[in-house]
Amino acid sequence: MFNFVLRRIAVAIPTLLILVSISFFLMFSAPGGPFTSERPIPQAVMENIEAKYNLDKPVYQQLGIYIWNIVTDFDFGPSFRYQDRTVLDLIESGFPVTLTYGFWAFVFAVTIGVGLGVIAALKHNTAADYTAVSVAIVGQVLPNFVMAPILVLIFVLWLGWLPGGGWQGGQIEYIILPAIALGTSFLASIARITRSSMLEVLNSNYIRTARAKGLPFRYIVWRHALKPAMLPVVSYLGPAFVGMITGSVIIDSYFTTGGIGVHFINGALNRDYAVIMGFTILLGTLTIVFNMLVDILYAWIDPKIRY
Amino acid sequence: MLTHKKTNVEELAENLGNQTPVGRSLWRDAMHRFSRNKAAMAGLVVMLLIVLFAAIGPFVAAWHYSDIDWGLMGNAASAGQPSIENGHYFGVDDLGRDLFARTVQGSQISLLVGTIGALIAVVIGTLYGATAGYFGGRIDSIMMRTVDILMSIPYMLFLILLLVMFGRSILLIFIGIGAISWLEMARIVRGQTLSIKNKEYIEAAVASGVRPFKIVLRHVVPNLLGVVIVYATLLVPQMILTESFISFLGLGVQEPQTSWGALINDGAGTMRYGTLWQLMFPLGFFIATLLSFFFVGDGLRDALDPKDR
Repeated sequence: MFNFVLRRIAVAIPTLLILVSISFFLMFSAPGGPFTSERPIPQAVMENIEAKYNLDKPVYQQLGIYIWNIVTDFDFGPSFRYQDRTVLDLIESGFPVTLTYGFWAFVFAVTIGVGLGVIAALKHNTAADYTAVSVAIVGQVLPNFVMAPILVLIFVLWLGWLPGGGWQGGQIEYIILPAIALGTSFLASIARITRSSMLEVLNSNYIRTARAKGLPFRYIVWRHALKPAMLPVVSYLGPAFVGMITGSVIIDSYFTTGGIGVHFINGALNRDYAVIMGFTILLGTLTIVFNMLVDILYAWIDPKIRY
Repeated sequence: MLTHKKTNVEELAENLGNQTPVGRSLWRDAMHRFSRNKAAMAGLVVMLLIVLFAAIGPFVAAWHYSDIDWGLMGNAASAGQPSIENGHYFGVDDLGRDLFARTVQGSQISLLVGTIGALIAVVIGTLYGATAGYFGGRIDSIMMRTVDILMSIPYMLFLILLLVMFGRSILLIFIGIGAISWLEMARIVRGQTLSIKNKEYIEAAVASGVRPFKIVLRHVVPNLLGVVIVYATLLVPQMILTESFISFLGLGVQEPQTSWGALINDGAGTMRYGTLWQLMFPLGFFIATLLSFFFVGDGLRDALDPKDR
């Protein structure tokens, strides 16, 4: 197990480096530099500025300096557009928000998704099963950018129950809609995956044995069926996390929650390279780390995985 | 056949030559299974209708998608609702542009993105996966490790990064979507190839001295087609989703061109003024298309892969 964890970390590090390098070279090859402006700066001054920001050095050295600053100081450099705000400031202000509703979206998707899937499998080919399957199918075509307007239309414009945006320090009514909008499509996928894997497990021999020796059915479900049935769900958590990270861009800009997504999209629309790069690297790192954790969790749950 | 009643042997021998055996190919079988699947057939019909809508819509529309109806500009909420008389079958948007024509145009772009993305995935993913699976060993592990690494990168962010750095263009979206769509396909194809390569006909090909690449192209790939078709069908909605996501953020297609994502974004922005048709028409087409593709994909999977469930 220890070796497996080590090996998994050993794979994650080159992935991270590739991620950082790709985004850095993309930025490097983009037309125009941070100091390009309509009024040309005198050549000598330009050279001084470039020397100050290490822009005169070869690319690989710039990349090295960039990575070094991130690793040692968590410094992604200053924003190209916002005065006296660094990329780190933007991360610090937005991250708690995104994390909060992201967490609730995750909880929403996993609990209800798994619940629906298990019920559907236990009551295979009944009305409950069909309901769950319909939810799963419909949810699949309701990604966050479709759910968000629909939810706002129903709960804000028609019913007037909830606020249509804002954050207000994370009060519960401001979290509900973003969390549901973000979580729905993942709920659907989780329900579908749980259902099919639970059905498969329930048809397996050892469950039949457990039933034959007269164990109570609830006990069989809880003790013997649930854990192996959860394996595909666990392996789906990685992609789901990536989806939620990218989905937060939509949620933040639609609900004006002020999370990191809105900085990312503003950075994108303003061509603020430092900001988008910083966020790409940060979110990418999060993704890679999370995927690694999921893999380790998977290996821990599933004894069949060889390390 | 051999246990058949002992009829006239001569007659039998005579007929043997000119009787063509009436058999059903596996594809025929699959078609039959598919056509009995009601959900899949309904999905297919809806899909064809939407393709038809995108194809002949421009000839039906009374307005061009970028033309502004000056009389309705700015008062879409009071006068721009869907009506047959003034030719705005789906109403107009905020700028007074005909929503029917725009929905048609959006459908064309979205369907195109979906199809081309899936096509790229099929070509690259199949060849890549089949090569990795067939050759195995070190080549396989290097190729699949690369796929693993590429898959763990949040590609949507990269796509946005690309669009920002090199300017928004539909071509870049095609390239970006195509570049990531083949990964999953490569994995699935590799898995299938691993089981195909131990089949007797591959052994026969190897024994008769066919070169490895030719084996992959001539004997492995054709036998993968079932799986590839199923996943290609399921990939199309994924690609449409990706493109709509980007367009919803305003980073995709550029005005006056549009796509479902961009239209949904416009509609979502203006719905509080009561112009619900601006949201509902694009949303309806979007959802109907995705659902139809999912149903068809599921139906194809059931038809082509009957051992599953």
